[in-house]
Amino acid sequence: MSQNSEVVVHQEHVHEAHAHVGEHVHRDDMGSKMGMWLFLFTEVLLFGGMFILYASYRFIYSDAYKVAAAELDTYIGTINTIILLASSCAVVLGIVALQRKNKGLCLGFLWFTQACGAAFMVNKYFEWTHKIHLGIYPKGPALADMSEGEVVFFGLYYVMTGLHGLHIIVGMIFIGTIMVMIQKNKITHDNYQKLENAGLYWHLVDVIWIFLFPLFYLIH
Amino acid sequence: MANGSIAVPAEPKGKLVDFYKQESKHKGIWSWLLTVDHKRIGLMYLLVMIGFFLTAMTFGFLMRLEMLTPGATIMKPQTYNTLFTLHGVIMVFLFIIPGVPAVFGNFIMPIQIGAKDVIFPRLNLLSWYLYIAGGIIALISLFTGTGAADTGWTFYVPYSIRTTTNVSLTVFAAFVLGFSSILTGLNFITTIHRMRAPGMTFFKMPLFCWGIYGTAWIQVLATPVIGITLVLVILERTLGIGVFDPALGGDPLLYQHLFWIYSHPAVYIMILPAMGVVSDIIATFSRKPIFGYTPIAMSTLAIALVGYLVWGHHMFSAGTSDTSNVIFSLLTFLVAIPTGVKVFNWVASLYRGSIEVTAPMLYALCFIFVFSIGGLTGLVLGTLNTDIHLTDTYFVVAHFHYVMFGGMGILFFASLHYWFPKMFGRMYNEKVAKLACIIFVIGFNGLYFPMFIAGYLGMPRRYYDYLPEFQVYHVISTVGSWIMISGILLMFANLLRGLRQGAVAPANPWDSTTLEWTVPSPPPMENFEEIPVVTKGPYDREGLIESKVKHQLKH
Amino acid sequence: MDIDTHKAEEHEAHAHGYGIYVLVFFGLLALTAVTVSVAGINLGSLTLTVALVIATIKTCLVANYFMHVKFDTPIFKVFIAVCIVIFATMIGLTFFDLIFRTP
Repeated sequence: MSQNSEVVVHQEHVHEAHAHVGEHVHRDDMGSKMGMWLFLFTEVLLFGGMFILYASYRFIYSDAYKVAAAELDTYIGTINTIILLASSCAVVLGIVALQRKNKGLCLGFLWFTQACGAAFMVNKYFEWTHKIHLGIYPKGPALADMSEGEVVFFGLYYVMTGLHGLHIIVGMIFIGTIMVMIQKNKITHDNYQKLENAGLYWHLVDVIWIFLFPLFYLIH
Repeated sequence: MANGSIAVPAEPKGKLVDFYKQESKHKGIWSWLLTVDHKRIGLMYLLVMIGFFLTAMTFGFLMRLEMLTPGATIMKPQTYNTLFTLHGVIMVFLFIIPGVPAVFGNFIMPIQIGAKDVIFPRLNLLSWYLYIAGGIIALISLFTGTGAADTGWTFYVPYSIRTTTNVSLTVFAAFVLGFSSILTGLNFITTIHRMRAPGMTFFKMPLFCWGIYGTAWIQVLATPVIGITLVLVILERTLGIGVFDPALGGDPLLYQHLFWIYSHPAVYIMILPAMGVVSDIIATFSRKPIFGYTPIAMSTLAIALVGYLVWGHHMFSAGTSDTSNVIFSLLTFLVAIPTGVKVFNWVASLYRGSIEVTAPMLYALCFIFVFSIGGLTGLVLGTLNTDIHLTDTYFVVAHFHYVMFGGMGILFFASLHYWFPKMFGRMYNEKVAKLACIIFVIGFNGLYFPMFIAGYLGMPRRYYDYLPEFQVYHVISTVGSWIMISGILLMFANLLRGLRQGAVAPANPWDSTTLEWTVPSPPPMENFEEIPVVTKGPYDREGLIESKVKHQLKH
Repeated sequence: MDIDTHKAEEHEAHAHGYGIYVLVFFGLLALTAVTVSVAGINLGSLTLTVALVIATIKTCLVANYFMHVKFDTPIFKVFIAVCIVIFATMIGLTFFDLIFRTP
């Protein structure tokens, strides 16, 4: 992409008007990025709705939150935080690699991201199955004996980390698709907005975890 | 190129074929279902939406018929509960919220800013399919499972968790529709930022585009909240996660908070683009630039912003704290300021204009009248003590219909008449259109005005039965519904007739000044032969007269 | 008033090398270490505040560097501000109800 893209875009407009009627050949990296950011805002507010609930119930049931949070494994939470931070860093490093026309290195970084995503999900799997084994799940035997605040805490815990996990999976599919396109040279050093957009998505998922982690695992 | 912003009465030069006839790689019905053209997508929305509107209107008609006499007239209570739920869900989620942005935002906005299409055409088509999917799921939820939802369109917990009817599927339909709305909003914001023609600065945009822009922001920032809330209702019903269920420790009031955090701004999703339409119509038919362009544009953003601050006024009698009630009541009154700015500017635009009362203008003028009633009764409901008396009465129903139907509904019809020549390349019968408008407005007031009185006297909403003393209001109201529906049917019949045998429309039948009137009617596939360079304001008429004189001199 | 006019700096972000991102990553790790260790200390009512402040700093790092906001056109900063202000308003106004509700 040339540096003065604004001018280029307008020239495209003028030329295309004569040429391909009925086709939408038009590249606007900036517009693409703006669309992605707006989409990220909807994700922020999607989780935002749950953060409102989280905050409200933390206010109502502050003591029960402390009791319930003790059940969560800070160790796994910390490991998962580090995994996600590393994966996020790998994505930007991948972009730099692609800019420097180093396709192999770029794909290597993205493979690392994928591995991190998978590792995160594996940890999550063990964490969840362990709790379910103990009977701590909605309508589960152990949860039925707990106080109302604890029930709500674990309800939120499952929904929020579950939805976050879902976003990790979507992000992995997104990045996987981008990797195929890089492999086929459809995304190159001068046309990589799609990679950036996938990166933005992945970073947002990371940011949400940055908040989920202290809010669920670090209450004492 | 230099006078691109002004409406040169450019007749079709015969070089470009209009978008109906333009060949594409798909044939027949697929040239519509797989199209990425914003105009075709807009028309597909229109077609489906009119279908949904007529369906929900029929439900409303049946409900009014039931209310003609006390006791069971034509249906059982459960049927009545289902009908008002469906009437609400279909009207709100399938017609009022997406109405103006999806149909006219799609068809007109890109042309008004001098663009060939929206920035993400394929995403635009995906929005349409999500809209259709949501509509179909809503319809399926009627006929499958354990009976259609009976919660009202608000899905309040804990009833929506406990009821055995098919709430989960209806709620999921609303979720899918929300997603469609988000993607449309995202598309429009980016389009307005990135696709404006050279010279088309933000403050040279027609006010309709400002309305669409404000609305798009609400669509993007408010809709996700209802999305997650509805998902939580489904999870509560299926898994019992406890976040809303009071039996498990949840707080039902928090559901109401989250619901109205979206659903109040949604009111402005409905009204902002419609208010933009009024500005365009009044400027055109007063034959002068709109008075106070910048205040109107800014009040659009102000309404969008203040719209986020007032949701609590839906919960004054639900048990929220007094502090919160006082604050929300105060904030609610703030909405009246930007709304007043708009209304006064419209009226000032009429002052000393050469007013021509065409059908769209008549609808717009009726809107100002009806919407003022709706707005002022809103202040009655925004006041704490009067609201306690009027909560859940017909007064609320009347107010709601005055602002929603009297606001967005009338303006949907106004837009349909204003842009009909541009969209279909034909004219309709002007006299019949005006007659239909007058019948409609008389019926409208007959239908909803008695509800203010009945509600004030204590008639509660959502009951299939009532005390005999209220019958007089219900009879007037039901007769009003018959008059109003006759007006609507006459209007659609007239438009259909225009579509089939109306005179061929010129490029600029109304002497309007905005860009969409510089292209042929109907527009060619990519709207402009050459992207225009804009040098003048959207309602600047001087250039129009000059170019008309030049045009006449040439011939 | 073309508020999203953008000039040559559009892709300036990409002039950066690997180094700065790795540096940011180590910064994020350090902050994670701080937040985990501080959680063990009883700070009373400050615990939540400290956790949120650290999370916000981490978010700023990720947004500014990994997501290139610092180097992008200013319009994105305006967008993000609008999003955050509206979300904060939602939480704030909800709490006017919760805090003052009589049991």
